[in-house]
Parts: sequence; C-alpha cells; structure tokens
Amino acid sequence: MQDYQEAFRAFVLPLIAFALFLGLWSFSAARIETSLGQLPGPVAVWDQAANLVTEHREERHKEAAFYQRQEQRNRQKLAEDPAADVHIRPYTGKPTFLDQIVTSLLTVFTGFMLATVIAVPLGVLTGLSRNVYRSINPIVQIFKPVSPLAWLPIVTIIVSAVYVTDDPLFSKSYLTSAITVTLCCLWPTLINTAVGVSSMDRDLANVGKVLRLSWFTTVWKIALPSAIPMIFTGLRLSLSIGWMVLIAAEMLAQNPGLGKFVWDEFQNGSSNSLGRIMVAVFTIGIIGFLLDRGMLMLQRRVSWDKEAILR
Amino acid sequence: MKIKLDWTPLASEGKRLQRSLQIVTAIVVLGLLAGTQQPARAGDLEKEDLKFGFIKLTDMAPLAIAYEKRYFEDEGLYVTLEAQANWKVLLDRVIDGELDGAHMLAGQPLGATIGFGTKADIITAFSMDLNGNGITVSNDVWEQMKAHVPYKDGKPVHPIKADYLKPVVDKYKKEGKPFKMGMVFPVSTHNYELRYWLAAGGIHPGYYAPAKGDITGQINADALLSVTPPPQMPSTLEAGTIYGYCVGEPWNQQAVFKGIGVPVITDYEIWKDNPEKVFGVSQEWADKYPNTHKAVLKALIRAAMWLDSGGLENRKEAARIMSRPEYVGADYEVIANSMTGTFEYEKGDTRSVPDFNVFFRYNATYPYYSDAVWYLSQMRRWGQIADYKPDSWYMDMAKQVYRPDLYAEAAKELIAEGKAQAGDFPDFASESGFRPPQSEFIDGITYDGTKPNAYLAQFPIGLKGKDKVN
Repeated sequence: MQDYQEAFRAFVLPLIAFALFLGLWSFSAARIETSLGQLPGPVAVWDQAANLVTEHREERHKEAAFYQRQEQRNRQKLAEDPAADVHIRPYTGKPTFLDQIVTSLLTVFTGFMLATVIAVPLGVLTGLSRNVYRSINPIVQIFKPVSPLAWLPIVTIIVSAVYVTDDPLFSKSYLTSAITVTLCCLWPTLINTAVGVSSMDRDLANVGKVLRLSWFTTVWKIALPSAIPMIFTGLRLSLSIGWMVLIAAEMLAQNPGLGKFVWDEFQNGSSNSLGRIMVAVFTIGIIGFLLDRGMLMLQRRVSWDKEAILR
Repeated sequence: MKIKLDWTPLASEGKRLQRSLQIVTAIVVLGLLAGTQQPARAGDLEKEDLKFGFIKLTDMAPLAIAYEKRYFEDEGLYVTLEAQANWKVLLDRVIDGELDGAHMLAGQPLGATIGFGTKADIITAFSMDLNGNGITVSNDVWEQMKAHVPYKDGKPVHPIKADYLKPVVDKYKKEGKPFKMGMVFPVSTHNYELRYWLAAGGIHPGYYAPAKGDITGQINADALLSVTPPPQMPSTLEAGTIYGYCVGEPWNQQAVFKGIGVPVITDYEIWKDNPEKVFGVSQEWADKYPNTHKAVLKALIRAAMWLDSGGLENRKEAARIMSRPEYVGADYEVIANSMTGTFEYEKGDTRSVPDFNVFFRYNATYPYYSDAVWYLSQMRRWGQIADYKPDSWYMDMAKQVYRPDLYAEAAKELIAEGKAQAGDFPDFASESGFRPPQSEFIDGITYDGTKPNAYLAQFPIGLKGKDKVN
C-alpha cells in the first residue's frame, strides 16, 4: 500500500504542478498585449511547435527536389561532355528547427569534450600536487567568472586569424561557439576533479604506498576511481553551463543552432515570433534536462559505489 | 573499475603497420591524381558553391527571387543565402572571404575602399534597387510636430520637411534632453538621407572627425545620430532610446502597424529615385572568379526584371516569399504594403507611392558613377572624408569601385541568350556612367555628378571646399 501511495505521489504531484503552471501562464498571457501581438499562451505555442515540424517536412521535400534537379543537370552535362567535372553538392536551403537542434547538440558536445579533455587531466594533476594547485589556482579563479559574451569577440578574432584554409572542414562560427563553450565550462570540471582527487581517502593512499604501486597505477587504480563521483558532479555542472553558454554564443557567433533561431525570430518581429521563441525556450529546457539525465545514467554505470544515492 | 590491458603480440602489430602504410599510400596517390585535373575552359564557372549574405530588409528581394525562381541554378550556381546580424558583420565576412558576396549599402564599397571603417577593396557591378527607405518618428514627437505641419483637407501636406521638426528639436535642447535618432550604419544611404533631410530643415546632424579618432558623427550636432541594426529599430524606438530613425522597409511600416511610431517621409520624397543597395563583392574575389561573377550578375538582372514586371502579382508573390522566416520574416501584410506601391504614414493615412521600390525600371540596376560620387560627396560633407579632395579624386574612386563594364558584359550575354532585350538597358556604347543633372531633391538643390565640389558649395550646412572640422 505504501508503495502505491509513494508512486502515486511521485507521479501525480508533478502533473498537478504542471497543470497549475499551464493555467497560470494561459491566464496571464491573455492579459499582456505586446507590440508583436498578444503574448502566446500554451495553445499558441503548441501550434507553433506543430508549424515548425511541418516546415521541416516541407524543407525535406524541397531538398529531394533539389537533388533531383541537380542529378538531371549533371546527367545533361555528362551527355554533352563525358569528361566534365560533376559532383553532388549539399542542399543550399535553410536549416530547419530540427536541423538547428542537431547543430546545437553537436556544438555543445564538441565544446564539452574539449573542456573535459583539458580539465580532467589538469584537475588530477592539481589534486595530486599541492604545488600545482598553488600555481594555477589564481589563474583559475580569475578566468572562472568571465562571461561567455566577453570571451566571444576575442575567440572570434583569434579563430578568424588562425583558422585560414582554402577548404574549411568546420565553419568559423561553429569553432567560435565550441571554443567559447569550452572556455566557460571547463572550470567546474577542473575544480571538482581537483577536489575529488585531493580528498582521496587516506587509507586508500596508504594501501597504495604499502603495495609500492607506481605513480601511474596509483592514479589510475586508486585516485581516479575514488574521485569519480566528484568528477561526474563537475561534468554535469559543466554540461549544464555549457548548454546555457552555447545558446548565448550561438546568438552572437551566428552558428546555425537554437541560439541563432531565437535571434532570427526576434529580428523577424512577425506575429508568430514570440510563440516560436517560446517553443525554442521549452526545447532548450527539455534538452538540457535530458542531457543532465544522460550524464546521471553514465555516472551510475561508471561509479564503483553502487550504494551511493545519485540525484 | 576494471581496466583490461591488451598487449598485442608484435607480429600483428607489424601487420597493422603495414595496413596503415597501404592506406596512407592509397590516399596520397588518389590525392595526386585528383590534383591533376583538366584546366577549366574559358567561360566555365570557376566556383559554383556560393554563399551570399543579406540583411532582413525588403530590398534583398532580387537575391531571394534569383534563388526561389532558380535563376541562380540556371546559371549553374549553387547559392546559399544567409541572413547576417548587422551591416558590420556582413562587411567583415565579405572581406575575410566567409561570404562570397552580399546585399550591401551603396556606400559600403566606397567607405571600405577609402578606408572609413575596415579598409578593403570592395567593388560592385549591380545596383539592387532605388528608393525604399523611410524616416519614422515616435508617436510623442509626431504629436508635437503636428502643430507645425500644414494641413489640407484634414491630411498633412507631403513632403513633411524637417523644418517642422526643428521647433521640437529646439524644445528638447532647451530642456537639456539630447535629441537622438537612429540610422543603420555610418556609410549607409539612410545616414546620408537622414542628414540631408535634417540639414534641409536647418537641424545640424553632426560632423565626423576620423583624423582625430572621433567617428561618432556628433560634433556640433543638434540631433545625435547613432547606429542600430534595421530589425531592432522598432524596439529601440519603443524603448525610448531614440526618438526617430531612418531605415529601409519593412521597419517603417512595422512601426505604424504595431502602433510604435509614425513614418513622416520616404526617401523618394527626399531625392527622387535615389540609389539604395548594391550587390558587393571583394575586388580579390571578382578578379579570381570573373565568370562566376558574370553568372551571378545575369541571375540578379533576371530577378530584378521579374520584380518590376507582371504588375502587382509578382510583387505580392515576392512579399509572400520574403515573409518566410529565413528571409525577412516580418508579416506578409507589413511587407506587402511598400512592395505593392502603397505606404502608410500616420495610422489610416495610406498613400500611393508606386515607385517606393524600384528594382529594374529607370535603369535602376546600372551602377552609375554619378551615384558613387553623390555618396562620396556626402561623406565629404559630414567629415568622413576629412580633407578637401579635387573633383578628379571623386571620379577615380567612383571608377575603381563601381563597375558598369562588368554589368554591361553580363547584360550583353543575357541579350544574346534572348532572356532580355537591348531596349531594357542603357545604350552601352554611348553611356558615360553619369546621369544628367538631377534636381528633384527636397531642398531643390541640383546635383551634377561631374562637379562634386561645386555641388557641396551650395549647402548652408556641411563642410565645403577646404573646410575642416575643428
């Protein structure tokens, strides 16, 4: 009976809260008139979400037609001159909302991976050695609070100057956004890793000394596993910060992701714009939530202490 | 955490090395083979995948139409159109090669070439449209202006001169409130038209002093002009940061539709049939890809012809295309107004302005040297060009930046292909590139493109001759 009550509460209470939220939103939206029309309520936002999916489908149709035309043109070219140089080129139309979600996810993962690759080893080193900690701590503390919007112009200029190739694999805006995400989200991982490693249980460290393990084996077999919970806390924080930073970075760097979507809708100022921006807001929130849950599951898999309660 | 250490025996290590070497060799050989392609024949396109930038304004229409009606594809070009955040980002991206070309303000290629702002050699061989801008003021300012505007049959007499704004500006000055107005870019047509209108009414719009590092353009100003990107103009007006602005459509109609402001004049009334936007590319790009450039021009000319033909139906279709979020994005009704030749001033006061946007008629697409010289003269008038320059300097600059020769090549090919007629274009054999003297300005002063210094001498407000900003 207890279990049922528990499950009931866990399921129904959030539903009730959500329903209240929708009601409150609907009520207040109807009362606010902006220059772009009435503030959209839940129904209007749902309509816009459906619109965005329809637009995506239409764009896919156009893409298929585009490739057909291209192939036809190429066949004609080859018929006239068999030695002609023909290739299939990617669709030139605009990225749809769903494409933009994918771009955002790719960019945030790139930035996050880069940050992890830099922060975890550095954090381990910092945790193990008191001297390393003393030397890099001031630098970390100074760069930690810098907002992504302040990094962006510098990163843009550096990328423009350094990334000069005739045939670029990545677009400059993609690199700029990813690097800005890295710069902002490496600090939680770095600090948490350092703390996790340095607070390794003294008993475990002594075991390592008794067994005369090499430095590398100590790190790999004792320090890292015991620091996993802290490292993952850091990673989760980093990912959520990275996701937030990404949206801002994309708006300014014009990387074709969700940030650019919001910015473009704002610029358009059409009657649908507010509704579409709200769809983007919900999408960003839901994706952020899913990313966090994903990291949590990963943490559960990797953690040695299965008894630990992970939220 | 269990870590499996996999020690592969040396033998299979060797095999793996061998395999990698084979793959690397194959890649290198293929790469070399790919490099030895046949040279391109004359007339072949050097580059087919292009990216053009634009700003969300209705006069990017030729680009949108050339894409949607497949004129680009007809020329063998695969073009991606990308909206840019603001004019500065757009110019920078053309200069550093991220964009192959862009929808530009007529003054941008000139400003970049003379070094006001980022220095770079930009040229243009295609004028995208004539007219298309308006000046809007806030509801508050309009209420105060109304007291001075002459009325006939209950409606304000147009054109509404800045003379009627002057008392309002003076009042603000007396109260110690700076009268702020917005325009889109320091070398924009909007900046020069707004200044022209203000100065004709006796309001000083401010000087630039780039030699001294002052590029705000507010020295000695009665009205303080600053930069805002076009789509943000209505919200900036609503927020009260500025009291008026000069911008292209649909941002004037947007203001009146949303009840934020009142458009008082269109640039058609300031200077009839003034050149507005151009299609700009970097000199380097044009030199490297001449055939591609010609193909682009051909597609754009066809798009411009389409826009000015077919009566209102084509314009309505264009408005519908541009209301898509990837182009201009504003509501169809807002865009359709000016595109179909009507313009709403005060709410309910809609007047017919059939030439509000001209895309091809009156040789709108031909890049006249006299247009370039006008912009250069205004740059001199307001101090962006700090020193006196002889008339010959203006001619040389104009001839370097505006390229009617490239336009003529493209047009002739279209005529040969039967897609256009010789009568649609100026007579290339006899065209000097200078329009005959124009006098349809709001202050009645005549502009002769061959004599810029004499032209500047006629203005009561503005630098002239050997004047400098002190």
